[in-house]
Amino acid sequence: MKLKKILPQLLTLLFIVLVFGFFTMNAQENMGARGLEFGFGFLKTQASFDIQFSLIDYDGSHTYARAYLVGLLNTLLVAFIGIILATLLGAIVGVARLSPNYLIRKTASFYIEFFRNIPLLLQIFFWYFAALRALPMLEDAPMLLNSSFMTIKGLYTPAPIWTNFDVFFTTIIIAMIVIFFFAKYAKKKQEQEGKRLPVLIISLSIFIGLPLLTFLIGGVDLSWSFPVIRQMSASSYTFDGGLKIPPELIALTLALTLYTTTFIAENVRAGIQGIGKGQKEAAASIGLTQSQVLKLVIMPQALRIIIPPTTNQYLNLTKNSSLAAAIAYPDLVLVFAGTAMMQTGRAIEIVGITMATYLTISLGISLLMNWYNKRIAIQEK
Amino acid sequence: MTINHMNFFKPKHQKNRNISLIMGVLFFSIGIIDFYLNNYFNTNITSFLPRIINFFTPLIFGVIGLHLIRIEFSGIKILDSLNKNINTTNFNAALSVSIILLIIFGLPPLLNWLILDANFAGDTKEACTGGGACWVYIKVWFNRFMYGMYPNAEQWRVNVTFIGVLVFMAAGFFVPTKLKNYLSLYYVLILPLISFFLIFYLISGGDTEISFAFIASIIYFFLCFFIPSKKAKLYFFSFVPLLYIFLSLRLGESAYLAIPGLLWVETGAWGGLSLTFMVSFFSLIFCFPLGMMLALGRRSNLPIVKYSSLSFIEFWRGVPLITVLFMSAVMFPMFLPDGTYVDKLIRVVVAITLFEAAYTAEVIRGGLQALPRGQYDAAKSLGMGYWRMHVFVILPQALKLVIPGIANTFLALIKDTPLIFVVGLLELVGMLNLAKTNPKWLGFSMEGYVFAGIIFWIICYSMSKYSQKLELKYKTDR
Repeated sequence: MKLKKILPQLLTLLFIVLVFGFFTMNAQENMGARGLEFGFGFLKTQASFDIQFSLIDYDGSHTYARAYLVGLLNTLLVAFIGIILATLLGAIVGVARLSPNYLIRKTASFYIEFFRNIPLLLQIFFWYFAALRALPMLEDAPMLLNSSFMTIKGLYTPAPIWTNFDVFFTTIIIAMIVIFFFAKYAKKKQEQEGKRLPVLIISLSIFIGLPLLTFLIGGVDLSWSFPVIRQMSASSYTFDGGLKIPPELIALTLALTLYTTTFIAENVRAGIQGIGKGQKEAAASIGLTQSQVLKLVIMPQALRIIIPPTTNQYLNLTKNSSLAAAIAYPDLVLVFAGTAMMQTGRAIEIVGITMATYLTISLGISLLMNWYNKRIAIQEK
Repeated sequence: MTINHMNFFKPKHQKNRNISLIMGVLFFSIGIIDFYLNNYFNTNITSFLPRIINFFTPLIFGVIGLHLIRIEFSGIKILDSLNKNINTTNFNAALSVSIILLIIFGLPPLLNWLILDANFAGDTKEACTGGGACWVYIKVWFNRFMYGMYPNAEQWRVNVTFIGVLVFMAAGFFVPTKLKNYLSLYYVLILPLISFFLIFYLISGGDTEISFAFIASIIYFFLCFFIPSKKAKLYFFSFVPLLYIFLSLRLGESAYLAIPGLLWVETGAWGGLSLTFMVSFFSLIFCFPLGMMLALGRRSNLPIVKYSSLSFIEFWRGVPLITVLFMSAVMFPMFLPDGTYVDKLIRVVVAITLFEAAYTAEVIRGGLQALPRGQYDAAKSLGMGYWRMHVFVILPQALKLVIPGIANTFLALIKDTPLIFVVGLLELVGMLNLAKTNPKWLGFSMEGYVFAGIIFWIICYSMSKYSQKLELKYKTDR
């Protein structure tokens, strides 16, 4: 009996040790033959390659560690924009799929069936190589909303120029903290005295009002730098000022958003459908208004169904953003596992770091998810 | 009264029904016609209105029209169902009109580009003169898109392999009931072997050399089956490896039997849609046994087995496929003894198999968890051990439950396969990108992507519908 329990475990352990041992031995030998030594010292050396698009200061004189950070931030940027857009669009499409209106319902399901059944990579290629390449040249681009230009080289929009941005930013954080405590206070008051404060309106006015105040008394100022076209030579033009959003970012965000939206929309639909009709009727029969039914009865229950699979989709979106490498958007994979590896030849360290980064993000989010799930789970007594 | 207080110019009595109906249809038609003329004939019949309103005229007219024909219990069947389905409130009417206008705006140009103005005839770039799509491009490159650089004369081999694998896969559904118990073994062990040999001998081809030692051992192995006594059988079976080692040492490396094969086609030439299928299909078949072991391991109550399976699964599920492919391309060779060369395609299939096995494991685990405890208890009470219980009782039921889940995994796998371009293998999307840069055929990227999109869409859509159907069927079964 004892042997039956120990033998399989011993075999597993032996197998793992043998595989790892074999790989490590070979890796040491191979690296030795190439004159490389395992280590992360190379991160501190000068990277000497350029990155097209970066959120922080970067040029060739910075280190590989800095290049890694640039790539990571670019990945997070795409993931962040994609998640926000996909959530908004997903909620709308998901609700639209349940609309009583036949046209709306069919349009929503057509959209979902269309975009979820085409490989994401193909969609990215389509937007980048086919759709965005059909845009006008810089000099022919029409002006949109009196300020922006959509050209083959990307989107040029006005760039905000802040004075005393830190004051503004701090105020926003303070406003958030105030709202947090206010909401807690309001809830307590409702539980004790049964009075309902208009939480939403007051929170919104705090969130908008406080930062606006800084313009009056905090010395914060905002002006816009508009993109202006300039002729460099007979046939080449450029834009001065403004903010340039590269077409790679647009194509990637567009494809990721449209693709992930379909999955989120299905989650939203399943969540709303998962709530029994009796819940709605019971809530209405105790005298709650239509909006109260939605806010206090339907949404808390629907969210419990919607959120776990949706977080999974957020994770997928983040992982899928690594397809950026296919259209040369400088994300973590392209910058680090691509360019940096070609230059240093340190395959094991770099692929290891890249995988560890994604793994950290994934595991972090799933831990957060487990914690959240436990918190909102129905507490049965 | 309270419900209708907004309908200020709506007739309250049924006797005004016809007037209201005629006015409504008139308004609606004016809206549509205005939009149509605006878009396709560049004439604006409502230009006398201020500019801001002018842009929205079709919408406004349409909504007013729909508002007027929103008559409850009108007595006209079509009108009633129309009102019920697209015209319940003003907001809904506005949405419906917007969608109708959007269809009018988008559909004709799309149809023109896809079919009416498109070029189908001819076989050079010059044949494409119209403003529409150039399907000639697809026609000329069709073989390349399907088979990659595989020689034209040898392409039947790819087809035969696919038909063969499908036949062997379908064979499982028609076995006699006596053998049904062994079905999961067939899918998990024998089918992968058969598919491997099919690829090896048909698609890859080339002469093969088999050592005499191996042949002799195999013959000995099969001869052992004819030994009547069960105990002696086992005894003789155990000599197989010994015999093999002894013979190969005795005969040496020179004793090979050369079997002439088909013309050898190197893996670099494989490509196109057939490669998409090959990689996804064979990864699926190979990842199935591994996924099953991992799923069982994860549910095991032996800590080392459990946590090593768990960390394996979580590791592969946490990283993007593209980094896994990078790993197989640049990192994996470092882990092998110097001078070993493993074919690129094999490395990719192994990488995708490992990656996909983690997902398959989770799917199978779901199936295992869905089985009621009574099944385990019943099997144990019959005195079955761990393996016997799983092979004959648990897995056959669990695997049936997870077929839809496996279909979804396969779907995701097909959609992920284009990623193998990062290691330089050109399946359909990769071939498109190659064809796009051909100097003779510049500027047709749109046609290529639309073509690939349609193909992928048909495959994935039909498969997802099928898996949904299966899911419904099994739900009602239980």
